[in-house]
Amino acid sequence: MQDNPNSALQREVAQLMVECLNLEITADQISPDTPLYGDGLGLDSIDILEISLTISKRYGLQLRSDGADNQQIFGSLRSLCTYIAAHRTP
Amino acid sequence: MSPLISHPHAISIVAFSADGPVTRQQFLSDAYQLAEKLPEGLHLLNLCSDRYHFSVGLAAAILSSKVSLLPPTQTLEVIRQIRQFAPDVFCLTDNKQSPEGLLRFDYPAMLKAPIDEIAVPEIDEKQQIAIVFTSGSTGIPQPHPKSWGGLVDSVRAEARRLEASESSVLIATVPPQHMYGFESTVLMAWCNSLALSHAQPFFPADICDALASVPAPRVLISSPLHLRTLLNSGLEVPELQHVMSATAPLAEEIAREIETNWNCPLTEIYGSTETGQIASRRPTRSPAWQLFPGIEWIVENSGVQASGLHIDPPVLMNDAIEPVSEDLFLLHGRMADMINIAGKRHSLSGLNHLLNSLTGVLDGAFYMPDETSDVTRLAAAVVAPDMDAETLLAALRKHLDPVFLPRPLLFVDALPRNSTGKLPHSALKALFQEHHTWTVPTNHPAFPGHFPEHPILPGVVLLDEALQRISDKHGIPPDRFEISSVKFTSPARPGDRLLFQHKTQPNGTMRFDITSGPRKIASGSISEKS
Repeated sequence: MQDNPNSALQREVAQLMVECLNLEITADQISPDTPLYGDGLGLDSIDILEISLTISKRYGLQLRSDGADNQQIFGSLRSLCTYIAAHRTP
Repeated sequence: MSPLISHPHAISIVAFSADGPVTRQQFLSDAYQLAEKLPEGLHLLNLCSDRYHFSVGLAAAILSSKVSLLPPTQTLEVIRQIRQFAPDVFCLTDNKQSPEGLLRFDYPAMLKAPIDEIAVPEIDEKQQIAIVFTSGSTGIPQPHPKSWGGLVDSVRAEARRLEASESSVLIATVPPQHMYGFESTVLMAWCNSLALSHAQPFFPADICDALASVPAPRVLISSPLHLRTLLNSGLEVPELQHVMSATAPLAEEIAREIETNWNCPLTEIYGSTETGQIASRRPTRSPAWQLFPGIEWIVENSGVQASGLHIDPPVLMNDAIEPVSEDLFLLHGRMADMINIAGKRHSLSGLNHLLNSLTGVLDGAFYMPDETSDVTRLAAAVVAPDMDAETLLAALRKHLDPVFLPRPLLFVDALPRNSTGKLPHSALKALFQEHHTWTVPTNHPAFPGHFPEHPILPGVVLLDEALQRISDKHGIPPDRFEISSVKFTSPARPGDRLLFQHKTQPNGTMRFDITSGPRKIASGSISEKS
């Protein structure tokens, strides 16, 4: 069976987050549905801004929050990757 | 008495809302409509995320003699303390989020303004319009009441340092709920006939969109963090008249790049929650800050105090200030007790007090590494044998803004306190330096053969890394070590972030532990060959 392309992206983005933010966990410890904010991974807005810059450069897209909804894009690794997959320029 | 807003005509533009330009007439109409509807309580928490809504909420509160409360953060614990401070507090909001346990009032739909001109209300300079809170050193937020007259003085002085004209539009990345944004984005527009943009842009592309959505001339009010990200994004920034920065000092090279690339002056504002803004500088012209007219320093043994204009009584500053002439001074960073992370301030003793008050923490201390960029993270070391990192962080999160959560959080057997029980900064620094971390490179040469498609770092590589660190620390060549025991508990894979800790045992042997998050990777003990 072919590997789900989304899970490959999720692994890659998880790795980017760990490296970019110096997180004290490993990429495979970030499950796709753990909230990135608050009680989950505990990222804050500074982290989100840092990681967004890395993501912009890597995937050739600009993140937009559409009002106050970046909480939704960064809700989980899965939702972030869905956003990246929909907006990336190959 | 002084007017609520200085815009000269009923048709003057005071803001750009999500629906377009807003005239003075419509703004005053909205403020009076909201003032009639607000709940009875005399204190409100204005959490509107749309800056225009926030400004209408603030005006409505002033018109009905209510006081806007501006806490440093909205954690459960801070909201509880705010309710204790003002039991009648309610929250005004225009978004889904509202703190639990607070009476919630949603920003209403507004009617069109009447045809008859509404007169601009005059506000008594002594009227207390806001109370801004700082996180106190004992964990209880400290209130700082703000009068209308004091705030007006402050933003009029600020405007003189800004190249803005009556039609300038202020676009800000900083929220109006904190002192800098409160003064520089809302009151600044009100008192200097400028227009404010409703937007609260976050990502670089959002900032460019918000700028492009309003006509020039535009003033961007921001912080080093957002400015640096916008600059690094490489996006084309719409024409700007001026850039303002505050919350933390901006690196001079970033200021220079901004002025060159965006073709406009950049001014930094200096102030504090207690004093409001009191000085400014053009970092590309001079490192010295210039006090606003009417503000002066009182230099005493206890430190430097700001006084003059609205600052009464004088306020002791939390930064190391060196006056170089009557109105010029240099800033040499913060005082040891004050932590500033991307503009959020907290007293270090307050953080330590909180950490040690948690059930299960026997001893603990926060540590601020030497600042290397505009965002430096706190670390902490704790003695808490029965707690894990997750539980401890969850307990801290109830009280603290997430930017203050420690990273890394080390669990140790004891803190390096000296004989008098004090914890010198140098000892803490040494403690954190001993705890090296290493991210296993994904392209480590050992992986292709060890094992194809299932890469695991060979134990010998791990051991070599550990020995090298102990060797660096103690100045003993690695080949002088004798390995007494070593245990590999769990595999280390590409990308794992490994934490190396080692300690000299009473018998002279050195014990090392390698962990990755909660996982134990390896441990062992070694000694020097005799």
